[in-house]
Amino acid sequence: MAVPLIEARNILKRFGDLVANEVESFDVRTGEVHALLGENGAGKTTLSKILYGFYRPDAGEIRVAGTNVSFASPADARAAGIGMVFQEFSLVPALSVLDNVALFMPDLPRVPDRRALRVRIATAAKALGLELPLDAPVAALPVAAQQKVEILKQVLAGMRVILLDEPTKVLAPQECSGLFATVASLRAAGYGIVLITHKLHEALAAADRISVMRKGRMTATLAARAATREALLAVMFEGSPPQSAAAPAAQAIGAPLLQLDRVSTSGGAHATPLQGIDLGLREGEILGVAGIAGSGQRELGALVAGHERPRRGRKLFRGGDASRWTAGRMRRAGVGFVPENPLEAACVGELSVAENFALGERRYASGLGFNWTRVHDDAEAAFARLGVARPSLNAPVRTLSGGNVQRVVMARELGRAPRLVVAIYPTRGLDARSAQAVRDALRARASEGAAVLLMSEELEELFELADRVVVLRSGMLAGEFSRGSYSIEAVGAAMVQSDARTALA
Amino acid sequence: MTWTLVAATLAASVAAGTSLLYAALGETLGERAGIINLGVEGVMLVGAACACAVASSTGSPYLGMLAGAVAGVVASAPFAYAVVDRAANQLASGLSLLFLGFGASALIGNPFVGALIPPLPSVSLRMPLGEGAAAVRVDFLVAAALPLAGLVAWLLMGTRWGLRLRAVGENPVAAFAAGCNRRRLQYEALAIAGMLSGLAGAHVALGVAYTWAEFMTGGRGFIAIALVMFARWNAWWAVAGALLFGAAEAAQLQLQAGGVDVSPFLMNMAPYLLTLALLPFTGKAGRLAAPAALGRPYRGVE
Amino acid sequence: MRAPRWLDLPPAGAAVLALALFGAILAAAGKHPLQAYYDTATYVLASRQGFTELFVRMGPLVMTALAVAIPARVGLFNVGGEGQLYMGALFATGAALYAPLNGPLLLAATILAGFAGGALWALVPALMRIAGVANEAITTLLLNYVAPLAVAYQIFGPWRSPESSSYPQSHRIAEAARLPSLPTTRVHAGLAIAAACLALCVYVFNRTRWGLEMRAIGANRLAAAHLGLPVRTYLVVAMALGGGAAGLAGMAEVSAIQGRLVSEVSPGYGYMGFLVAWLAAGNVSRIVSMALLFAVISAVGDVLQITQRVPYAVVNILMAAILFSVLCVGPGARRR
Repeated sequence: MAVPLIEARNILKRFGDLVANEVESFDVRTGEVHALLGENGAGKTTLSKILYGFYRPDAGEIRVAGTNVSFASPADARAAGIGMVFQEFSLVPALSVLDNVALFMPDLPRVPDRRALRVRIATAAKALGLELPLDAPVAALPVAAQQKVEILKQVLAGMRVILLDEPTKVLAPQECSGLFATVASLRAAGYGIVLITHKLHEALAAADRISVMRKGRMTATLAARAATREALLAVMFEGSPPQSAAAPAAQAIGAPLLQLDRVSTSGGAHATPLQGIDLGLREGEILGVAGIAGSGQRELGALVAGHERPRRGRKLFRGGDASRWTAGRMRRAGVGFVPENPLEAACVGELSVAENFALGERRYASGLGFNWTRVHDDAEAAFARLGVARPSLNAPVRTLSGGNVQRVVMARELGRAPRLVVAIYPTRGLDARSAQAVRDALRARASEGAAVLLMSEELEELFELADRVVVLRSGMLAGEFSRGSYSIEAVGAAMVQSDARTALA
Repeated sequence: MTWTLVAATLAASVAAGTSLLYAALGETLGERAGIINLGVEGVMLVGAACACAVASSTGSPYLGMLAGAVAGVVASAPFAYAVVDRAANQLASGLSLLFLGFGASALIGNPFVGALIPPLPSVSLRMPLGEGAAAVRVDFLVAAALPLAGLVAWLLMGTRWGLRLRAVGENPVAAFAAGCNRRRLQYEALAIAGMLSGLAGAHVALGVAYTWAEFMTGGRGFIAIALVMFARWNAWWAVAGALLFGAAEAAQLQLQAGGVDVSPFLMNMAPYLLTLALLPFTGKAGRLAAPAALGRPYRGVE
Repeated sequence: MRAPRWLDLPPAGAAVLALALFGAILAAAGKHPLQAYYDTATYVLASRQGFTELFVRMGPLVMTALAVAIPARVGLFNVGGEGQLYMGALFATGAALYAPLNGPLLLAATILAGFAGGALWALVPALMRIAGVANEAITTLLLNYVAPLAVAYQIFGPWRSPESSSYPQSHRIAEAARLPSLPTTRVHAGLAIAAACLALCVYVFNRTRWGLEMRAIGANRLAAAHLGLPVRTYLVVAMALGGGAAGLAGMAEVSAIQGRLVSEVSPGYGYMGFLVAWLAAGNVSRIVSMALLFAVISAVGDVLQITQRVPYAVVNILMAAILFSVLCVGPGARRR
């Protein structure tokens, strides 16, 4: 048998007391797609970052083409032909596709011959079946195309092994086939591909071999042809697949709370303008918003929360025209906002947890200052209600972990007893237990009569929570589904093209 | 306004615009690498003072010019160390450089107050407009200005160095992943910027004023910074901008000479007010063209 | 790359390092730094004039530092203290010369006009900033060059006093428009104004909702806006208050020191105030000690000019050396 392109043996990696990785053997061969499968937190990313030289293992060895290596940095790994495509692309948005690819070429001459360079890059792209506008700035491309630029970059930089970290996470279901076609042509060209994923069907569909990780250990490596969904589930969860939460109790859906009337926004440098959105939301209702990343979810949240104003159309809140209301007025009228990036958009890292609770809240005013006792009492109550551990109220928010920051914002926003909660990817980055606490809190809030506008990347999460799901595509509503008519296929089709539903039917 | 006046203004705007262009081209390189330097004025002053000192002592304006270039690099060094290696606030570091330039130039130039400075040799090119003596004085630095703009444009857009420099200014994390040496690129860009600012100051001294006076660059360094934005970080647009801004400065002298009765102090405000007035029009479009990491200290891993 | 540990000096260490550097530069220029430092020490500590002059200078330094510190609280860079000071002087002179008022009312009008002049001069950059068209660091700097020209225009033109033809200045302002001074010194009520403004800032910043909201806006403008704080209003008001503080410094120079408008209202107080505020690093009460440091530095400048025959501007090297020492080797270099 041929020597593997890269091989890891007896890897041990600790973070403090936590054993993040204890892996006896993992390898990738020429012309092979090897899926690394496991739940979030199973250690897939840690292992791939060890292969990529980002972490140094505490014990064990790594061999590239049979030779022992020790990577001090990703640069060493790249020099050995090991490349990685992260979820956050490592692209320079303002530069053209050509420039981005050229930047990573180790053999780029001091004064490149633009014409020869273009021919070389175009040829490589064509060989892999990638069609890319070489002169367009990367920022102008859709995410799927940016991902192709990343892969093309790895190829022209001379990588032999390409690690793909959750590559479908940023794609719509229909775009995934394009990615897997690219992966197939890479395999045919003799590259070794590591596909990191937590989705069973992807591993089964695209991989030659599947390695399953659980709690930092490699629990099984099997040939994809011999693997079944059930067998994989069994090793992933040791016989106990995750419980899907109980179906929500029937909620009393009440009076109309929010109404968007043919609303359009102007967008901006990096925003997707909303176009002609018609949407109603009632008290006690959870409305899920699906869509591929950058389809206008953030903009819809900003519009509802009053950060942006409609350019055309009207926004009605509790029957009154709230189109021109400021963020402060929307807040005072009972709108809570949980953004995807709480440390940037919802709290001030330099201030303490308590100060972040007090900011902008007139009810805590006392003379020219604040009634801090009341702030502390309310904050403690809010954390208790959310059912999560409370960080120190005097700690600057910046010193908290990402999950804790998310909890602070969630506790504060739900603690205000809002009439409407705008939650954008509220469980992203949380461990399973905290994610469940957040979902339970949103549902509890709805059952108390609040409306929830929930954006999520996980269709399963939307299906579990939402009474209704709408789909955003390029800033427009591209479909609406009520509970009972949910299916990954139908919603996924609407995420990509509006006529897909009829095509599927 | 007569054609003679227009011709005289154009001729004078070349002289005034040259130092603006040198400083602006240097600042363009620095800003493309993600570093804004508010201390250009200070570097120009040091360049001017050293040019005066060396030209006056040796009698050679060309040696003076070289001294200005070298002094520009040396004076920029503490700023470069602060922003590149210490991740210090760029605005504060730039102002520190400004003060350094104020002080150092006063100290260096002091013995040469009132001294005769040999000007850079030049040829006069008659303007083909109107009558009279309107002529462009073309010295070495004026003659080299356009080729220099071409060189900077080529460096930025046509070489691997320029590609890496732009990547560092746009996305240092991705540039690092691509194997770019951020520190080295930024030091190189700031060294060239320092040299060009020093030459800009040298031209004020050896090509325009022929004498040393404290604060003699009179805010041109700040106009150059505004000019870089006006030119949207593009070397060729900087040429057009330098001529325009130079014309604003030149027009006041010509109007006075032409007997127009306006207070010289109000006329002196023109370049600054023009810059202010133009900023809004460059701003909207300019923000998209601005290097994305401009002004942000890089605190990532290396 | 990180600088080695031993380079992490406290601010006092940075000042000593800067003095050593500056001394070396002076020595290299053929001057006598030790003599200059000794002369400064005796001038400041042993002469009545030298000692009181420290307090004369601390007033405008504190005010121009506030001109930086107040906008800095909301994340704005006001580098235009010098221009705002000149505008304050210009407006104050205008009010003192031409306001149809008498007695304390005239003084009040002069003070208010000084504040208004500086505030208006800061308002232009503030409005350009919130309109999103220009960075305030650049616009405030540009306006520094315009304000002295406006002053020069008035004293060479409409306001020119016929008394002196060689050294242009305005008419003398009325006695009623003059800030009181301590007898036989130049120490004046401007220092009391500065102390009051400083105390007010300390109180507002640390004890009030406005202070917390300003901090929030300065640290994270986006989150502050999302939390419903009136961010734009804060930006404009903070900038105007900062400009007003610098304007008051200019007013005091005219009303207490000169008694008329002259072309050189300030020896660079606006720029020095920027450094004072920067070194105080957001700690408003540290402005006092830093202003004292700079008053001493400007005394060094005076002494150098008189005893070592170098231009006053040379003392800027010492300021730059201190700031670079802090920026490059201070423990907080990465935070600043």
